[in-house]
Amino acid sequence: MRETRDRTSLWQDIRFWNFAGQAIAVVAVLFLISFLWFNLNRNLQQLGIRIGFNFLQSQAGFSIGESLIPYQPSDSYGRALLVGLVNSLKVILLGIGLATIVGITAGIARLSSNWLVRNIALVYVETLRNTPLLLQLFFWYSAIFLSLPSLETPIQWLGFTFSNAGITVPGGLQLSPEFSALLLGLSIYTATFIAEIVRGGIQSVPKGQWEAAKSLGLQPMQMIRLVIFPQALRIMIPPLGNQYLNLAKNSSLAIAVGYPDLYAVASTTFNQTGRAVEVMVLISATYLTISLIISLLLNLYNRSVQLVER
Amino acid sequence: MMNTPQKTPLQWVRANLFNGWFNTLLTLFCGWAIAQTGIGLFRWLTTQAQWAVVTTNLRLFLVGRYPQDQVWRLWMVLAIAIGLIAASIFNAFLVKQPKVKERLNWTITSLILPATLLILWLIGGGFGLSRISTNLWGGLLLTLLVAFTSILLAFPFGVLLALGRQSTLPIVKGFCTAYIELVRGLPLIGILFMAQVMLPLVLPGQPNIDRVVRAIAGLVLFNAAYLAENVRGGLQAIPRGQTEAAKALGFNTPLTVGLIVLPQALKIAIPAIVGQFISLFKDTSLLALFALLELTGIGRSILAQPEFLGRNAEVYLFIGLIYWVFCFAMSRLSRQLEK
Repeated sequence: MRETRDRTSLWQDIRFWNFAGQAIAVVAVLFLISFLWFNLNRNLQQLGIRIGFNFLQSQAGFSIGESLIPYQPSDSYGRALLVGLVNSLKVILLGIGLATIVGITAGIARLSSNWLVRNIALVYVETLRNTPLLLQLFFWYSAIFLSLPSLETPIQWLGFTFSNAGITVPGGLQLSPEFSALLLGLSIYTATFIAEIVRGGIQSVPKGQWEAAKSLGLQPMQMIRLVIFPQALRIMIPPLGNQYLNLAKNSSLAIAVGYPDLYAVASTTFNQTGRAVEVMVLISATYLTISLIISLLLNLYNRSVQLVER
Repeated sequence: MMNTPQKTPLQWVRANLFNGWFNTLLTLFCGWAIAQTGIGLFRWLTTQAQWAVVTTNLRLFLVGRYPQDQVWRLWMVLAIAIGLIAASIFNAFLVKQPKVKERLNWTITSLILPATLLILWLIGGGFGLSRISTNLWGGLLLTLLVAFTSILLAFPFGVLLALGRQSTLPIVKGFCTAYIELVRGLPLIGILFMAQVMLPLVLPGQPNIDRVVRAIAGLVLFNAAYLAENVRGGLQAIPRGQTEAAKALGFNTPLTVGLIVLPQALKIAIPAIVGQFISLFKDTSLLALFALLELTGIGRSILAQPEFLGRNAEVYLFIGLIYWVFCFAMSRLSRQLEK
């Protein structure tokens, strides 16, 4: 009895293999990291660069097109990056709001009983979803916003004025063409994905709910608002959250239209200082934090809309 | 929402466009908006648009600055690619006998790797063909090449990461989860920046890595994490009974995973993987920001020429159409596969 157990002990013992597997994984990852770290240090040494964040205090020397907080070229790199972060947050927050409104509208329109409305929404979703966002940003910026008439002869519509100097919102708020192109491009692109999520969510509500709502004498809009949408919301929230995260990450394409967001400012900082590692660390840490905060908020919201079972 | 075929056109219009005052109003508004857009577009097309920028540069858009006397090699590449695609579409939709289907599937799958190597040899040269450096590759050719190579290389990493994340070994699971979540929290542009700038710094001897290779490395690192999540979705859909049955038959863990769980999981994950490929295909446009002359990049460089200045709308619409045709075709195909 004892003999057979000894003979089969090591090679057929699952615990040994589990342990060996983990040990191999740890060694491999440690080896890889130290290999990369060693090369990095040696290469940087040859280039004469020392890693450190002291450069953040030195004078940036470049101007930034637009900023919510006071900034001038004599301020530090740290301040410039902060300006970029604030600009990023501005476009992310407004973009999420606009994308949600457009997306829900388009998603409901996809299910309209009106043939024309249904097909306009279909064409909108299928065209913009299947072309790259970057291309759309280039298009919005250089083919639309920059070729609008000049500020002296703007296009007026519903109190908005559109010119090649940007959009003026009723109430006097002035948006630059860079910001407008980015905000519109991001929201309209993300809204196509939100529209599909909304459509799927609404379609997943059982038919009986529509019939019950109708038999209560509710109007179509009331039916959607009071009965269907709250139920569809439970299914929609998790994929919707993914789209918000995508929008936040895609806002880094701002550099394509010349809007000074975090990535654009960081990129300029890298070009001026050559600090690849530090800039990389800063960008990664910031975007990870933004992603984390968005998913945290969404998880909280998700918990509040989920059905509470007995 | 479908209408019965007996309706006359007038009844159809009434039922679909003018049922009730609200829908009538919507129809009228949409009709007005379409008319406005249509008139504007027509006016632009007839008076302002000049398509010479597209017609004179068509070759640049398709293959970049690839030498003209070597373009026959690209025709061969196209023939190979179309042959493989046609064979797999034929197999997926027209072959009915399961045995033949499976055998053909294996044949096609095993042909992918040699075909890719053959294609890379035809495009890049060497071994008897004249070498063509990567800075001459461009346009649609580079877009397709980068997208396809990246997904092919990202696939094995994605599968390994997914298996690692589903593993019962806590450390392996931790590493894989950390990698996946880290990459998914970062924008692609940041990863491409890392690949362009950091990759030469973390490899021994400051190697001079080709720009295209660096771009592909970035896309592979990025897409592996997303593919891992797609594959994980497939793995989670496999009932526990499958693993237990395999264990009861005496399969060890690698055999269970390789022969029982993974083939089923990948089959379930196919639509999601196609979706990931579509988004990778669109994402290749970001390489334009790193001075690569793929479809978007070559469009930008054409627009920078003085004679084509201001032809933005024409160029971007044309490029957009190319992207759209590919993405739309792929998404339709994957929807068909799902059925």
